Amino acid sequence: MASGQQWVLVEMVQAFYEAPAYHLILEGILILWIIRLLFSKTYKLQERSDLTEKEKEELIEEWQPEPLVPPVSKDHPSLHYDVVTGPPSHKIIVNGKECVNFASFNFLGLLDNERVKLKALTSLKKYGVGTCGPRGFYGTFDVHLELEERLAKFMRTEEAIIYSYGFATIASAIPAYSKRGDIIFVDEAACFSIQKGLQASRSFIKYFRHNDMEDLERLLKEQEIEDQKNPRKARVIRRFILVEGLYINTADICPLPELVKLKYKYKVRIFLEESMSFGVLGEHGRGVTEHFGVNIDDIDLISANMENALASIGGFCCGRSFVIDHQRLSGQGYCFSASLPPMLASAAIEGLNIMEEDPGIFRVLREKCKHVHDALQGTPGLKVVGESIAPALHLQLENSTGSRANDLKLLRTIIDYSLDRRVALTLARYLDKEERFLPPPSIRVVVTVEQTQEEIQNAAKCIREAAVNLLK
Amino acid sequence: MTESAGNKKEDCHAANGVKPGRNGMVKNHHHHHQYQKQEKVYHAACNGELYSRPFIESFEETPMLVAVLTYMGYGILTIFGYLRDFMREWKIEKCHIAREREEQKDFVPLYQDFENFYTRNLYMRIRDSWNRPICGVPGAKFDLVERSSNDYNWTFEYTGRVVKNVINLGSYNYLGFAENTGSCATAAGDVTVKFGVGVASTRQEMGNLDRHEELEKLVASFLGVESAMAFAMGFATNSMNIPAIAGKGCLILSDELNHASLVLGARLSGSTIRVFKHNNMQSLEKLLRDAIVHGQPRTHRPWKKILILVEGIYSMEGSIIRLPEVIALKKKYKAYLYLDEAHSIGALGPSGRGVVEYFGLDPKDVDIMMGTFTKSFGASGGYIGGRKDLIDYLRAHSHSAIYATSMSPPVLEQIITSMKCIMGEDGMTIGRSRIQRLAENTVYFRRRLREMGFIIYGNNDSPVVPMMLYMPAKIGAFGREMLKRNIGVVVVGFPATPIIESRARFCISAAHSKEMLDRVTTHFLATVNTSNNFVYFKAALYPFFNWPLFLMP
Repeated sequence: MASGQQWVLVEMVQAFYEAPAYHLILEGILILWIIRLLFSKTYKLQERSDLTEKEKEELIEEWQPEPLVPPVSKDHPSLHYDVVTGPPSHKIIVNGKECVNFASFNFLGLLDNERVKLKALTSLKKYGVGTCGPRGFYGTFDVHLELEERLAKFMRTEEAIIYSYGFATIASAIPAYSKRGDIIFVDEAACFSIQKGLQASRSFIKYFRHNDMEDLERLLKEQEIEDQKNPRKARVIRRFILVEGLYINTADICPLPELVKLKYKYKVRIFLEESMSFGVLGEHGRGVTEHFGVNIDDIDLISANMENALASIGGFCCGRSFVIDHQRLSGQGYCFSASLPPMLASAAIEGLNIMEEDPGIFRVLREKCKHVHDALQGTPGLKVVGESIAPALHLQLENSTGSRANDLKLLRTIIDYSLDRRVALTLARYLDKEERFLPPPSIRVVVTVEQTQEEIQNAAKCIREAAVNLLK
Repeated sequence: MTESAGNKKEDCHAANGVKPGRNGMVKNHHHHHQYQKQEKVYHAACNGELYSRPFIESFEETPMLVAVLTYMGYGILTIFGYLRDFMREWKIEKCHIAREREEQKDFVPLYQDFENFYTRNLYMRIRDSWNRPICGVPGAKFDLVERSSNDYNWTFEYTGRVVKNVINLGSYNYLGFAENTGSCATAAGDVTVKFGVGVASTRQEMGNLDRHEELEKLVASFLGVESAMAFAMGFATNSMNIPAIAGKGCLILSDELNHASLVLGARLSGSTIRVFKHNNMQSLEKLLRDAIVHGQPRTHRPWKKILILVEGIYSMEGSIIRLPEVIALKKKYKAYLYLDEAHSIGALGPSGRGVVEYFGLDPKDVDIMMGTFTKSFGASGGYIGGRKDLIDYLRAHSHSAIYATSMSPPVLEQIITSMKCIMGEDGMTIGRSRIQRLAENTVYFRRRLREMGFIIYGNNDSPVVPMMLYMPAKIGAFGREMLKRNIGVVVVGFPATPIIESRARFCISAAHSKEMLDRVTTHFLATVNTSNNFVYFKAALYPFFNWPLFLMP
């Protein structure tokens, strides 16, 4: 080994002697060039300005920023909120008028349930209100663990993880798995928190037409062809389908069995947002999987909030431990946020107890939904949008006035008319400029188990009257 | 004005013959006498114009030997990690990792293997130091659910026993409002019975209770701003409102140690983000100048607006933002200032109004005052305060107001009651005395630790007290040892801190008594003495005396 190296050295010296002069000069120049490149100052394009200090000062002096926020006109439709005095329960006082609540997502009436209140109170007396820390740093309470276990058991999955805010749940879960370079196939009607999750993930987003499986398959096929061109890259690109169980924006149910078929055919994982369908669809309220009889293990991740049917605060994700556990270190809203106040967790546990004890409640809800759906049919000038078993329907104008602002004003007059007649309704609110696909203006009609036959008839009658009087 | 302040700082460095450190400020070499001397110089020279009070912050540079040994510690852990991965691969060692479903084995893997290397081989060994479940009020003392593991932390079993009366140095309970009795709990309880816990709608739809509006008025008057808005989650207050304020064509200047929620909000806004060194005003000024002079990249159009994102107290460093200088810079360069007071509201200032009051500044100089209710108020949620036009704009455009459920009534009540208590509106002096108590406890605890020779970071007045551990092996060891002594501490390592700066982080509360703090410091010292100068310098050798910790499967 050593002698070999010596030999190479001797050879090099020899070659040096034998080389012609021009060659040596050329190499010498090249070496000097390399040294110069190595030691020359690296600069950014930005710093290469030839401005003098004085000119810089002038630029700084001249620069005028835009105002922090653009002015909001005093009569901006979403500046003045309706004010609720007293509990936001079945009977609700809106702007001083006592009404029957057709606006809060309190589907199962758990918000005013005495048992839930009592359980929350007991919990408050034991733990106080706040947790004063994130889950990692003494913010994990025994009730959090209990709630996670109960949710997993209720949904019949291996594991569940709870977040302290419904909106942050799916918005944190998506970027925990899908990173830059990965692909997510999303339904166009996906809700805003999904859109924020997509944005945070920085993945490649492909939208398919709402509930259109052919369109989705077309995109999947396109991707398959793309993959064949570059199989090495394809092996590391994760891909996901993101759908809602029951869409909040359209009140439609996703065609889950077909999605599962596509999942295995194209090897794509399914993430399912069930905020509207958890505690609503299915024999036992387990959501859209139970509704279609789909094996829940075929869905990679289910996310839902506990703010609608469970009428508490927070959200959860559930699925197999292989998937869910990852969020405990990677879910931003889980790791970096204070944990859920224990009394809210206790309230959710009691809500689950009630749901488990009396699955009949879901049948009642479905009947009421159908009832409302039927009662609202044929309202002149308004069309009912949504499945008949969806508890949050949309009433849209049949004929738009041509401008969104005027449509909203018109719908608002219907709401005001109803408020005067003891029916609390609300507009479905959106951020016009931020929504990827802005849904048309609509009135939200929410069905709960507490609404009686009579109240539903009354509300439908009231909306009809309003439509007849106000929509010409 | 700022430049002159900057020059004076240079004088400071020169006077002490200490090199300016990473943060552009003096790193105290931690011999006690020198510390005293330095304190004086700092006070005299640096705080003349902008600071109404001494601004003493210390960040000792990691000694070279400690740094080398820490890296070696990580090196050894990594080698063992690879070895154990190899053994798991060949089924020599039992594998506890959850597996992909058989049906989905041919899918693209959900995780890349290296992604979880750190979790699997480093975090898992000392996982018992985090997520410890508690089963009572997170007050000055709490009860922990005892858990044990038979498979080296892969799974936990709950023994059914409770570890009682553990001194709580982990919760952000600065003013001690985490209580299950007293006026706050009573008020929250009454509301629970009357209202229930949920709202089931958003602020813009059917979830705007009159109490929400009342809270917002109270917050505005507490902060001394025109108007305020409250949100149900602190994290989301940042991540959902920054996008409403900044957008494309705007520049966000963010401190390198800003909280994840600020970073996420900035990213979601679509603005250009540039990062300045932690609390380093020279770095911030340079970015501001360059930004205005050069405009947007490529097009060189002027920026629409520049937003500076800073926090009041940094929760891992214990440092306090150099707010007077930031405000001077912001005014000079016409930038906007977003101040996150998550840890400082309630905890700083003579009447608990946060870092603005602490420095004796005018809240109107801060464009966006953000804070949370989780910490000092013992509740949950966050707020944004500022000029009326800002809040009106947020009312109409905040993501949170439109898409997220509004704040739970009992939580709301807790905040109102505790805030009134702090403001003295309940006609008592409890709030005042708690604020004073916190300040005293902070100064006392920091002084005690320093006297004992521990290396601590941060500002003298910050109730967040990080104590340096450096070694990865000491993270777990310190956490466990303290638990044995009935003290609950938070230990943090990479990636929450730089790799060689693992630390324990204590949060001082007004609820702590002097005896508790004395007991804690005594235990720290006892630990050090019994285990070969555990925490302080010599402890650098700790990994070599504790081979079993490395060999633990």
